Amino acid sequence: MNGRTEDCPRRHWESAAARKERENLESILQIKHLTHTYGVGTPFQRSAVEDMSFDVYSGEFLGIIGHTGSGKSTLIQHLNGLLKPTSGQILLNGKDIWAEPKKIRDVRFQVGLVFQYPEYQLFEETVYKDIAFGPANMGKTGEELDHCVREAARLVGIRDDQLFKSPFELSGGQKRRVALAGVIAMEPQVLILDEPTAGLDPAGRENLLANIRDYHRNKKRTIILVSHSMDEIAQNVDRILVLKSAHVLMSGAPQEVFARADELISAGLDVPQVTRIAMRLKEKGLPIDPAVYTVRALEQELLAARKGGAAC
Amino acid sequence: MESETTMATMIQTENLKYAYPAMEGEAQIFALQDVDLEIEQGSFVVVLGHNGSGKSTLAKTFNGVLLPAGGKVYVEGMDTADEHLLLAIRQRVGMVFQNPDNQIVANVVEEDIAFAPENLGVPSAEIRRRVDNALAAVGMSEFVRHAPHLLSGGQKQRIAIAGVIAMEPACIVLDEATAMLDPIGRQEVLSTIHRLNREKGMTVVLITHHMNEAEDADRVVVMDNGKVTMDGTPRQVFTRIEALRNMGLTVPDTVDLLDRLRKDGLDVPLDALTVEECADAIAHAVAVK
Repeated sequence: MNGRTEDCPRRHWESAAARKERENLESILQIKHLTHTYGVGTPFQRSAVEDMSFDVYSGEFLGIIGHTGSGKSTLIQHLNGLLKPTSGQILLNGKDIWAEPKKIRDVRFQVGLVFQYPEYQLFEETVYKDIAFGPANMGKTGEELDHCVREAARLVGIRDDQLFKSPFELSGGQKRRVALAGVIAMEPQVLILDEPTAGLDPAGRENLLANIRDYHRNKKRTIILVSHSMDEIAQNVDRILVLKSAHVLMSGAPQEVFARADELISAGLDVPQVTRIAMRLKEKGLPIDPAVYTVRALEQELLAARKGGAAC
Repeated sequence: MESETTMATMIQTENLKYAYPAMEGEAQIFALQDVDLEIEQGSFVVVLGHNGSGKSTLAKTFNGVLLPAGGKVYVEGMDTADEHLLLAIRQRVGMVFQNPDNQIVANVVEEDIAFAPENLGVPSAEIRRRVDNALAAVGMSEFVRHAPHLLSGGQKQRIAIAGVIAMEPACIVLDEATAMLDPIGRQEVLSTIHRLNREKGMTVVLITHHMNEAEDADRVVVMDNGKVTMDGTPRQVFTRIEALRNMGLTVPDTVDLLDRLRKDGLDVPLDALTVEECADAIAHAVAVK
């Protein structure tokens, strides 16, 4: 009974590369040698993003994780043209988003960004008007606009009778849904969410994530979830990109990333509690895959370990 | 070591009620309903509950930010409803809130920490001593002349805590003070308050919805619908899986895993809360089989 776990048939999971191959995924966003330097020419000159290159595939649910100061926020503000690269390129559907700087506004309709605490950005008299603001600015009117607003509201779980209330009468979690609907209503090809569940309680977090998963499933649109909760990322995304001090430290399916838990910990990141239990069990000589990250998966591992005594 | 007999009461609530002003034409909703709670001096108490459970409202009654609509709150025996005692009460119980950016008033760290003692009329030599002590207590001494807005979230919260410590309170109440922080920032704040509790005997009341912040507490109080629904040690509270889930709370993954394994017939305890305890218990049970 040794700790050899690599080629056990009972563990079906797929590497990010295998999945890309199987599903024939195409790149929707390509980040090429992106560098962003703040305070150029001042004593405070500092690169928040340095020579970063990676692709985002069409239709995938990508998680980006990194601790404060790793460059997450700077990175995502480049993806819809809010920040301009110091050097390097961002390609959307193969085209440099800065090729025609005057058209950058169109990029912002195609890549929707929901900031942290978006409820502070609500401003309209009614929920309906707030959600309609984006699509109306895109030139939508009449029935088409109405359809967009109602569908976005439905996707995030806002009831019809709430549409004509003031957004300020709603609870914190509901306000956040309204802000999210305002971006979804623009039907962006890529939806980027920066810490969407910060400050919500466990039930609120799970409800909002369920809405986001439904949106992903129904619309087949690309989602990028930025979070510093490893548990939240692990339970939701297809692929994880880990950032560390302005660079990409690693990327892959959750299992690929958690298999390198020691590196994550030394990068100052959290590892899911389940992974930490599994790591410790493996240290104690149990034939456990330390890359498991859900309670159910670890339960299965343990039952198999108990039954067989051996790994498989 | 503290003994049972020397334990004095820090905060006591009696039939505490609170209602926020109702919307026009709507019935008043009580955010707190008949809360009876006694918090002992020197204890580390975590208050858990989902959004809207009343936990933040409760915290705000602890130093008279909110006054009871019914019942009483006593701080070291002083009634918070007595206006003459309010200043004394607020010097005994300090609050730290969720957003670090809303709590910092000055452009230099030491000035920010000196703000409260200055307002209390503390002599300047004494202020110097308190600022230095407070910064040392949160492990931020080297930042004394830094600009707060250039610090990380966790560092800012530690500055906010130092600002409270400079008043030399007996009790510190943290109202979701870690909610906006990343894991490292959260860890910085938690280890700071645990140290203050351990080394200086400061009473800590930590309001949170992160279950894992409660692992090392002396006591966990769970709020739901304006009432205290559970009150006990972390082990006692977290093993009540169904009841917690029914209140919209989660249980730690350790307990969830142990619960499943028990149902699978494995002989493991339910209350091995920490990762280490949980792994050790499982390893033991599997080896015995």
